[in-house]
Amino acid sequence: MDQTTPAHIEHAHMLFPEGMQLECGFLLAPVRVAYRTYGTLSAARDNAIVVCHALTGDQYLAETHPLTGKPGWWSRMVGPGLPIDTDRFFVICMNVLGGCMGSTGPRDPRPDMPGEPWGTDFPPITIRDMVRAQKLVVDALGISRLFAVVGGSMGGMQVLEWAATFPGMVFAAMPIATSPFHSAQNIAFNEVSRQAIFADPEWHGGRYWEQGAIPARGLAVARMMAHITYLSEEALTRKFGRRVRRDPYNQAGAMSLFGEIFEVESYLRHQGSSFVRRFDANSYLTITRAMDYFDLGADHDGDPSRPFHGTRTRFCIVSFTSDWLFPTSQARLLARALNRAAANVSFVEIDSDKGHDAFLLDEPDFDRTVRGFLSGAAEHARIG
Amino acid sequence: MRLDQRLIADMIRPGTRVLDIGSGDGALLDYLFRTRGCDARGIEIDMREVTRSVAHGLPVMHGDADHDLAHYPDEAFDYVVLQRTLQAVERPREVLRQMLRIGRHAIVSFPNFGHWQLRLKLLTSGRMPMTAVWHTPWYQTPNIHPCTILDFLMLCREEGYVVEQWMAVDEDGERAPWRRSIRLANLFGEQALFLLRRRGR
Repeated sequence: MDQTTPAHIEHAHMLFPEGMQLECGFLLAPVRVAYRTYGTLSAARDNAIVVCHALTGDQYLAETHPLTGKPGWWSRMVGPGLPIDTDRFFVICMNVLGGCMGSTGPRDPRPDMPGEPWGTDFPPITIRDMVRAQKLVVDALGISRLFAVVGGSMGGMQVLEWAATFPGMVFAAMPIATSPFHSAQNIAFNEVSRQAIFADPEWHGGRYWEQGAIPARGLAVARMMAHITYLSEEALTRKFGRRVRRDPYNQAGAMSLFGEIFEVESYLRHQGSSFVRRFDANSYLTITRAMDYFDLGADHDGDPSRPFHGTRTRFCIVSFTSDWLFPTSQARLLARALNRAAANVSFVEIDSDKGHDAFLLDEPDFDRTVRGFLSGAAEHARIG
Repeated sequence: MRLDQRLIADMIRPGTRVLDIGSGDGALLDYLFRTRGCDARGIEIDMREVTRSVAHGLPVMHGDADHDLAHYPDEAFDYVVLQRTLQAVERPREVLRQMLRIGRHAIVSFPNFGHWQLRLKLLTSGRMPMTAVWHTPWYQTPNIHPCTILDFLMLCREEGYVVEQWMAVDEDGERAPWRRSIRLANLFGEQALFLLRRRGR
């Protein structure tokens, strides 16, 4: 497999030498946050939207990705005239803390041992730590109130954490395809992903860089497994059905056991191998762990409504009918928690057969929902 | 907006917090926000209506009167509105209790099953009456708890609700002239509209 590491790309970033105290108590310094912005910040600095990316996303939201050469992960949603309209809003997207696209993460050199990356010694981080790192950038940009925070999946967790931790700073919040806590089933999936990485002989106890190796097989298997959870049976059937083709990499004849492969297998292998070119295994472990820890009610006797008591944020929760990773039942738990806090909540379930990934794909009802919610909120916030 | 919705809006003081259960296309919410400066939110069971409302910038959540009111705190709203839906909920008495728990006032409209045409049709044909208001056959109707204006008044008395205002309305939402006599309203009113609060407040 291709073993190029993307470290040589210089990502636009802000550096905070004083760092930040993590929830685990560790003082992480310095802290670097890589970010991209789209659109123009208004003179009143009141039109900023933070878009939070999901587990394997990054800050390249609406432009060609410098590493993969592919369009930004939400370029169909964010841009001039699009639902998140950059003619109107100033959009900020930041690589999460613990990530591997320019923000401080396990691949960075640790300050106390020059030349040595953090690796598995990178301190455990939480969704709230990610959000607090993002706030450093928002503060540095001179923005005292965000018009909106929007994100799907793990991005939705960050949206909720933004609204819970900095309630006065978030006028509108759009948590999409997410949950008030990471479910046991989802922790289980993450654990299988992690075990796949650990089981790779190239893992080398997490110090794979010393051998000039990366646990590409393990990371690819992790991605393949996770990718299944992002789709739905209907979507897989529609895209691949039971179609087979000759395996170009198998030297044995078509009559051998694996001489032919199903198209769905070929697709997953492609997903796995392209993923390892852009993602660091230790980052994957750090971020999946942060998701597992996520529980809005953890500090409140298990009541996820308590962080939102007295909130003035306008919420719009979105789920998708065929999403079985973050199903509507979990979105409804979130909606009811916000009801208990008497928050202003919209809650829409979009009819889609595309599974969890629907929020990244072409769903006209979803586009209308995003556009309408933001326009309505802008009217209430009295901004252009 | 229907005329009876205008009558509902007239019962609501400007700048208050309103929950509209069964907000439909969101017309009342939009009106209350734009003309009354209300913090008006909706609950709607039909997902297409929810999506359409949110796409118009209105705060509406998917849910229904029977299952979603229990999650709001006491007196979260100044008014809780239930339009033409009471007869279709699973537990009307419980829904009213929840409305007057989470709201300081409840505004309830419902089709009057005491209307003379219904009485006459049942008497003469011996079959379930069908009218312009009650237009679905018995085996298909979502209206599982029809009541008359008098029935509703009795329930309010039992539950200790104060009727602050009431009126009978015809199907098009025009205010009917039977304002004084409940018995006449019960005979000639097609739709009833009540503004309630709990006793002792």
